[in-house]
Amino acid sequence: MFSNLDPVFLARAQFAFTVAYHITFPAFTIGLASWLAVVEWRWLKTGNPIYEQVYRMWVKIFAVTFGMGVVSGVVLSYQFGTNWSVFSDKVGNVLGPLLGYEVLTAFFLEASFLGIMLFGWNRVSKRMHFAATLIVAAGTLISAFWILSANSWMQTPAGFREGADGLLYPTDWIAVIFNPSFPYRFVHMVTAAYLTTAFVVGGIGGYYLWRGLHVRHARIMLGMAMIMAIFVAPMQLLFGDMHGLNTFEHQPAKVAAMEGIWETEQGAGLRLFAWPDQIQERNRFEVTIPKLSSLILTHDINGEVKGLTTWARAERPPVAMVFWTFRIMVGLGMLMIATGLVALVLYFKKTLFTARWFHLWCMAMTPSGFIAVVAGWFVTEVGRQPFIVYNVLRTSETISPVAGETVAISLAAFVAVYGLVFTAGAYYILKLIGKGPEYEEEEAYGDHGVKTPPLVTDMAAETGGKDV
Amino acid sequence: MFSFESFLDLPLIWYALIGTAIFLYILLDGFDLGVGILFPFAPTDRCRDRMMNSVAPFWDGNETWLVLGGGGLFAAFPLAYAILMPAFYIPIILMLLGLIFRGVAFEFRFKAEGKSRRIWDYSFHFGSLTATFMQGMVLGTFVHGVAVEGRNFAGGAFDWFDAFSVMTGLALVAGYALLGATWTVMKTEGETRDWARQCARYVMVFVAIFMGLVSVSMPLMNSAIKELWFSLPNFYFLQPMPILSIVFFVLLWRDLRNDQHEFRPFFLTLGIFLMNYIGIGVSTWPWLVPFKVSLWDAAAAPESQSLLLIGTAVLLPCVLAYTGYCFWVFRGKASHEHEGAY
Ligand code: HDD
Ligand code: HEM
Ligand code: HEM
Repeated sequence: MFSNLDPVFLARAQFAFTVAYHITFPAFTIGLASWLAVVEWRWLKTGNPIYEQVYRMWVKIFAVTFGMGVVSGVVLSYQFGTNWSVFSDKVGNVLGPLLGYEVLTAFFLEASFLGIMLFGWNRVSKRMHFAATLIVAAGTLISAFWILSANSWMQTPAGFREGADGLLYPTDWIAVIFNPSFPYRFVHMVTAAYLTTAFVVGGIGGYYLWRGLHVRHARIMLGMAMIMAIFVAPMQLLFGDMHGLNTFEHQPAKVAAMEGIWETEQGAGLRLFAWPDQIQERNRFEVTIPKLSSLILTHDINGEVKGLTTWARAERPPVAMVFWTFRIMVGLGMLMIATGLVALVLYFKKTLFTARWFHLWCMAMTPSGFIAVVAGWFVTEVGRQPFIVYNVLRTSETISPVAGETVAISLAAFVAVYGLVFTAGAYYILKLIGKGPEYEEEEAYGDHGVKTPPLVTDMAAETGGKDV
Repeated sequence: MFSFESFLDLPLIWYALIGTAIFLYILLDGFDLGVGILFPFAPTDRCRDRMMNSVAPFWDGNETWLVLGGGGLFAAFPLAYAILMPAFYIPIILMLLGLIFRGVAFEFRFKAEGKSRRIWDYSFHFGSLTATFMQGMVLGTFVHGVAVEGRNFAGGAFDWFDAFSVMTGLALVAGYALLGATWTVMKTEGETRDWARQCARYVMVFVAIFMGLVSVSMPLMNSAIKELWFSLPNFYFLQPMPILSIVFFVLLWRDLRNDQHEFRPFFLTLGIFLMNYIGIGVSTWPWLVPFKVSLWDAAAAPESQSLLLIGTAVLLPCVLAYTGYCFWVFRGKASHEHEGAY
């Protein structure tokens, strides 16, 4: 029944599914760990119990997400072998040490100190607990460093040679680790994780304010989230642009797919909307801003942008997927910038914590980061095809000698199990959000229908002015 | 490019390091998987709360040794990784799915209320059971070798399934259950501890039987292994292992019959595991894919092994130190409450 299924396609589908599932958790935990460290630091510094209550609420959500990130990550580290064994054999010399360093420098650190962060309250001093939070936050960043270095090397390989036996050998470790696309990818991904977290925290804060619940806690959440949005969202645009210029230099075919450009053009326009047709090698329903692509990519309105037809059909990535996921990511990035700007205006009008329509808007933006992150990864990974190591190894040549039906069945099992686990996890997280922070009744003036507590401006100044 | 090849036998060092990582995994995740295996048999929910709390701060760190084992194999012996992973495709995937169910149970169980908590009790139990059984089967398949052609696995999807690997699977379930039971004796008190002690006495009989069966069938199945163990002078050098195992067993039996020892049973069980592990190491030496690919054939380029060796020499002691610190922070007996109090 499955004998006509293509194992390469199935293995790719399985990898894409499990890694896209995995990345949604780190995208949130990387940012949340850093944010929790800031909140705990504020608590230690000001002694304000609100910070502690906020911390204790979010650390539970962190625990659930982190657990799911870990179990889905362990799957990935074995999938290189189960699904891409030829790849593992050929590039093991180069990528193996990077992944080894990730385990030694990051995973142990996170996993060990997570125990103290979650269960250590009565066992270690406050300062030691704060140290544990900091260490976990550092661990997530170190983990991102190594895995993104490995991934970037696959995008822009450097510092290696091909042996006579067909294996790849490292020749310069610094060039391998700090390969041309790595700095851009690392910065872009870390800011992406921070933004993802900001919009989740801000969305929940907005929800509480909208319902008139836990008002003082909600202000901290929304306030801090919006500071993030105001400063980091525009930075992300800048980083993304630099990342794109780097890609234009090293992987021009990917950029041509992102831009939907088929024929090489001088003064290429920016396609806002189009329906790329891979067979006829052209776009349908194009809406174009003249010359803008050339301006962005070459900083010259008449600069040359290579079209997809420059490459043989077998060397081109799937265009529509790259084209559309790129627009989803950038579109959401623009919405994030807009949200930050609106928050800034509301802050100066002193209505940030009372403008209910804005709280509703923040709620709607809650999943934006996750969607942008997964879309961004699809741009990067699909845009690299048909290569697994760009211009060096083809994806189709590196698959394990495993039968199609085995991969199909395991893919189905992953989909079923991940679906189940995700549903349960989302349910418990929603329950934790529903419960909100825990505190004594008399502090909770915001809970009894008082929608505009007396200290609006003071609170705004406090949370808006000094928190970051 | 630097390399320590000229004065160090890098593949040998890496063999020892990865062997150690896998052994630490077996011990550490062994006790928390063992707790999961025994979980539904505990007399009350309160006991279950205690048991789960006793491992909750550690399971993630413990499981990381599995990532190091796999990641280390990929880094230091990519060829072995590339042959073995497709050979164990199905059991590895099942193990991973099992680990997912047991891993999420820690957080979900305490968030669930009422009846739905049962779901996570069973998710914890069956997840641990599946993961353990599959690890045991992988071990069995590893010992009797897989089909190889060129640099690839050349067997079928179900080559890993036979009577011997089922036996090693069951043996590992019994072994982890013993680790889990003696861990529970050490880390809990009252009713839970007394139940665990009784459990351990029962489980250790199975462990003894399976150890006997595996020790007899390995030399029967493979003449190279028989040659290795029963020719002179090897026979004399290798004697301490079975003898020490028996000594540990007798001591464990005595410790479990009176109430004085709460720590020793766990460490004696560790000793039994160590003896068996060395025994398997000796039987499969020097093969990484038994009887096909030796550890020198499978080694990564010396530059790669050297680079990671520097990091390992510095970082592994740090990892061991802070892992020790975390165990020390959570020393003493576990309580049944979830937050704050351990
Ligand atoms: C260190 C390596 C690495 C890292 C960090 C990532 N990937 Fe990747 N990705 C691969 C290594 C890889 C791979 C093993 O190289 C695959 C398998 C098939 C392929 O072509 O590349 C791949 C394929 C692949 C595909 C399928 C592309 C296709 O076949 O058309 C998608 C959608 C993603 N990945 C998505 C992601 C996401 C969401 C990631 C975020 C964590 C991610 N990748 C990180
Ligand atoms: C495809 C390649 C990837 C592999 C093989 C992989 C592997 C893993 C593994 C094995 C774990 C569990 C570690 C533990 O036991 O604690 C993990 C967790 C984690 N990974 Fe990945 N990962 C991949 C992609 C990524 C990417 C691209 C990022 C970030 C940019 C990332 C960031 C993290 C973080 C922060 C954790 C900690 C757990 C969490 O936050 O949920 N990983 N990963
Ligand atoms: C605002 C404008 C943005 C621009 C111009 C931009 C640009 C880019 C480009 C060009 C790439 C592909 C790089 C390559 O593969 O060579 C990329 C990838 C990616 N983007 Fe964006 N991006 C933007 C916003 C965002 C936002 C808001 C997020 C998430 C919150 C995000 C998350 C990602 C991720 C996760 C990747 C894949 C990893 C990587 O290659 O860095 N991006 N982005």
